[in-house]
Amino acid sequence: MHMPNKYFMVSLLLTAFLSPLYVSAQTPEQRGLEISQEADRRGSGFDDFRAEMEMILKNRRGDESRRYIRVMGLEVEGDGDKGLSIFDEPADVKGTAMLTYSHKIETDDQWLYLPALKRVKRIASRNKSGPYMGSEFAYEDLGSQEVEKYTYKYLRDEVFQGMDCFVVERYPVDKYSGYTRQVTWIDKAEYRPQRTDYYDRKNGLLKTLTFTGYKKYLENHWRPDEMFMENHQTGKTTRIVWKNYRFRTGLNDRDFQVNDLKRAR
Amino acid sequence: MFISRAFIVNVVVAMTMFFCAAAVEANSKLSYLQVGVFSNKAAAKNILQQLESSGFNAEQRTIDMIGRPAVVVLVGPFERTSQALYDQRRLRDIGWPATVKRFLPLPKPKPSTFRAAASGSLTAELRAFVDDPLYPEQHDSTMSLAVQPEFHLSWNDRKSSLTFVPFVRMGDEDEERNHVDVRELMWINAMDDWELRLGVGKVFWGVTESIHLVDVINQVDLVESPDGEEKLGQPMLNLSRFTDWGTWDLFVLPLFRERTFAGVNGRLRGPLVVDTGLDALYESDDEEKNIDWAVRWSHYIGDWDIGLSHFSGTSRVPEFVAISATTLLPRYNLIDQTGLTLQALLGDWAWKLEATSTEEKDQRYTQAVAGFEYTHVGVFDSSMDLGILLEYLYDERAEMAPGPFEDDVMVGLRWVFNDMQSSEILMGAISDLDGGAISSSVEASRRLGQSLKLALEYRGTSSIEASDPAYMIRKDDYFQLELGYFF
Repeated sequence: MHMPNKYFMVSLLLTAFLSPLYVSAQTPEQRGLEISQEADRRGSGFDDFRAEMEMILKNRRGDESRRYIRVMGLEVEGDGDKGLSIFDEPADVKGTAMLTYSHKIETDDQWLYLPALKRVKRIASRNKSGPYMGSEFAYEDLGSQEVEKYTYKYLRDEVFQGMDCFVVERYPVDKYSGYTRQVTWIDKAEYRPQRTDYYDRKNGLLKTLTFTGYKKYLENHWRPDEMFMENHQTGKTTRIVWKNYRFRTGLNDRDFQVNDLKRAR
Repeated sequence: MFISRAFIVNVVVAMTMFFCAAAVEANSKLSYLQVGVFSNKAAAKNILQQLESSGFNAEQRTIDMIGRPAVVVLVGPFERTSQALYDQRRLRDIGWPATVKRFLPLPKPKPSTFRAAASGSLTAELRAFVDDPLYPEQHDSTMSLAVQPEFHLSWNDRKSSLTFVPFVRMGDEDEERNHVDVRELMWINAMDDWELRLGVGKVFWGVTESIHLVDVINQVDLVESPDGEEKLGQPMLNLSRFTDWGTWDLFVLPLFRERTFAGVNGRLRGPLVVDTGLDALYESDDEEKNIDWAVRWSHYIGDWDIGLSHFSGTSRVPEFVAISATTLLPRYNLIDQTGLTLQALLGDWAWKLEATSTEEKDQRYTQAVAGFEYTHVGVFDSSMDLGILLEYLYDERAEMAPGPFEDDVMVGLRWVFNDMQSSEILMGAISDLDGGAISSSVEASRRLGQSLKLALEYRGTSSIEASDPAYMIRKDDYFQLELGYFF
């Protein structure tokens, strides 16, 4: 009667002693991936959305230029999302439309419709590191952020703007990415990205993106009202103001066809 | 007896209707969260706004409360009670306890999908020629204004639309350049996998940069630009079918458009002036009313795009017949032309091919253009892209070809700045491999502010032999400055 009790105590002690070891057996890579998967899980399930996006571009001198773009998105089971953007402003590109089929691992498919020429042009998604409409956002910053597009590493916990955050570093899988790494701040409460630092190919700090004004849509979908990108190397900034977010609007595959680009407007 | 039976029937009908109505009403009630009832309208409005800014779908309704109007603030409706309970917790978390109640949803006004939009451009153009003209009627420079408004109506959730794009150029020294065209007047109707286009429009099939051999639907508006990229609106019926194995297009083209040519006062012409005022000559007995048709299949497989087309009808490219010492008449032959486009996007390389096989006056000939565009993204550690283009142009008819390109190489450079002003420069030179003639062009453009665009263009030729068709425009190198206002 005495012996089993002793064994019990020993095993209890052992468990207590070993369990922190067990937790730390999870590598920072696994932890980073886990956090990103959770963030992705919480961000998915919206089916489809429509929104309007105003981009305000500013250079170091304070010159301003605006873009007005209507955006539609569709979640695709087992693959990356589909997206359609229609440009309303500046007026000289009015009616230009861009269709993207993003993929988890392979490079995305992308088409551009140029209304003046009536030309549907397949574009090399290799240009993903290039600026989107002359802004500080690259195509890859605005594209569908599939978990598989990066590898991850959990760095630390940190308070960012009063929020308890995970700080996770991620490394683009695609060799054509313009970045060596990105450091993201994800709040622990809702797993929303709050800030991302982008490091260029020479591993120098290039840009910082901050998300503000998160609002909840549907049951549990958070979207920021504003995304602010600052380029530390050029002093240029781009502010994206999201308007009129609508979810589950009944969009389907038919609304994201290459042929429909000509009628997008 | 008769009356009482009618009475009973009436009662039965009335009761049935009453129960049906009640049932419908009960069934169509949905869950709402009632946040509060307010006698003060301003207070209700304030709370409504707070709820909306927190991302809730809130609404207010006026009800009668013991003989006085009161405002109910609701969040909802919710299809499922579980959703209501979820939002009830969210409301409680931010300090708004609410109760679940069932209300009839307000009849949601179905958003009208009717859209009307007007846009367009107004462009001032200055063209200055480098050399003195060859012919005394011609000018050294010319200024003109081009207007291209666009009116667009769409309805039926964008599945139906009507677009009207007229074009007018005025003020040019060359009366033939001062012209009016309907670039587009198109009624579009999309039904699932089908699309019907009826009216006047433009169709683009090409993939290469130097020339577009396969684009056979539209006539070239040559007075607009000697590069042949400007097109006249073509009357058509176009039926498209979208399948998993590509897109199938059928075109019926009932009315032929004559090519535009520079007039007596215009530059970029030969010693003889093409008279477009007289009736052109046609091989077809139906002349310009010959019904042309075309079919096309296009598809993309992985990184590859493919298009196969066939056209049967009056060629858009004329021959010329001299009818006097100073005048030419265009003659348009009947052709059967099969076209192929291929494009492969492989990393930084875009490989392109356009080829046509044409039967004209019992002769068959092949034309082709093939090459690549290599793009260096982020050149010089900047956000600029630099593209290098190389294309080979071939025409089986060699020296007999009506165009200047039969054994030529095009070298081009595309410099995209990716800046706020969308600055871009495209330079190109086409060199004849056996003659040595070179025609070159530079096109640069940049946005100014939000709605102006400045474009600079140069086109010139050098070392042209007298046998080359381009010999006629050897003194017509020009610079062109365009300032466009877009609205």
